[in-house]
Amino acid sequence: MDVVLRHLSAFTDGITTTLELTALSFAGALLIGVVVAALRVSPVAALRGVGTVYVETFQNTPLLVLLVLFVFGLPEVGVIFPLFTTAVIVIALYEAAYIAEAVRSGINTVSIGQAEAARALGLTFGQSLRLVILPQALRGVVQPIGNIFIALTMNTSLAAAVGVVELTSAANRVNLLEAQPIPVFVGAGLGYMVICAVAGLLTGVIERKVAIVR
Amino acid sequence: MSASRVLFDEPGPIARRRMRIAGIVAIVAVAALSALAVRRFADHGQLDADKWRPYTTWPMWRYLLEGLWATIRAAIVATALSMAGGIVLALGRLSRRRALRWSATGYIEVMRTVPVLLLVYLVLFGLPHYGVDLPLFWKLVLPLSVSASAVFAEIFRAGILSLDRGQREAGLAVGLTDTQTMRLIVLPQAVRRLLPSLVSQSVGLLKDTSLGFIVSYSELLYSGRVLASYNRLLIQTYIIIALVYIVLNASLSKLARTLEARQGFRPTGRRSVRTLLRARAGADARL
Repeated sequence: MDVVLRHLSAFTDGITTTLELTALSFAGALLIGVVVAALRVSPVAALRGVGTVYVETFQNTPLLVLLVLFVFGLPEVGVIFPLFTTAVIVIALYEAAYIAEAVRSGINTVSIGQAEAARALGLTFGQSLRLVILPQALRGVVQPIGNIFIALTMNTSLAAAVGVVELTSAANRVNLLEAQPIPVFVGAGLGYMVICAVAGLLTGVIERKVAIVR
Repeated sequence: MSASRVLFDEPGPIARRRMRIAGIVAIVAVAALSALAVRRFADHGQLDADKWRPYTTWPMWRYLLEGLWATIRAAIVATALSMAGGIVLALGRLSRRRALRWSATGYIEVMRTVPVLLLVYLVLFGLPHYGVDLPLFWKLVLPLSVSASAVFAEIFRAGILSLDRGQREAGLAVGLTDTQTMRLIVLPQAVRRLLPSLVSQSVGLLKDTSLGFIVSYSELLYSGRVLASYNRLLIQTYIIIALVYIVLNASLSKLARTLEARQGFRPTGRRSVRTLLRARAGADARL
């Protein structure tokens, strides 16, 4: 394990980058995901279509293909962002499709009386979604969204493939220097496990806090 | 669809007009965005016919289809291996022997939180250090299977647990052993019920084979990389590859949904939580 300690700064830098990547892209994914879920239940067919195409496109393309397309492809048409920003955007767009599906299934479980009551009070579709349905739907899908968060954390490692130096990439670099694969990769694996364990615990706490007891 | 029916009334004339306006605005917005993208492509000469023409020729497609075939081969082998591993792990986690249960649980929990890429790097740069140098195919398929078997294990476990307890009790009552009951009664029913989840998880595995990009196993994405470094048509190549993935995976996902829809009508035992939820949502919508 002293290899890990000797290169501790590389590892902590890697973990920091992974955490930044995770936090920023999760925030983006949550935002886009809720909007897309709202599109998918809207009364306007064209908006529903946009939502469906979004989800189908991003759920059926490998994340790595999207990363490669955005990082190496888009500069060809003059769209150039810093590498880290591109990675955040791509991961957010990709995971948003999964969040949208989770939120939509949450909307499906909100009891019908809530929607009817909202309509009876004269709320418009947008208002009833924003004030009545979504707050309850989101409370019901804390667990699935927690799982998506964990998947997202693991998926940020793919940013290593396009050159972002996060935890996986840092571990790989240390290993290339030291040629001690087992301690190095186990160390990085432990890093991910800690992040995921904390995320799992937090999910449980949040769920207990916000869950609606029916 | 059922929920969306609930969220708004049968629209009257004013609402219909508003919806039509919103629809037109949405279509215009999408058209404007696409126009912007096309403009961007055109400005940088990426729409020139000679940049896309290579992709209308057969040799180019033959090369990509060979890559696609390698992708499918890797996905099939990885799916088969991880399903087998998943069943073993699920049975281990449900076993009455504590050592077995704990080791299976440990494996599943660890593998569910370690990124596949880390395993790929371990196989790629770690194993050769200990004198194990696998062929490229296995450098990709082995880490994928190791990681995916944990996911499949959880699916199988959920399926086994969702089955009515009476099934197992009846099996034991007619004198079958534990193993026989599991093999002849429980697993066949659980697998049938799980078919949709298994198919959609296989889509996930198929997507993960794009890690061949890193292993330099010539599946679809790596073939595209080679092609792009050769003909310099980066964006065209990657867009076409993304489209191939979308078509393939969307048809597989469609298959999963069809299987799931068909399952709703099969009157076997206790229904899965998912179909129960769905049935409830449907019943609500009819009120």
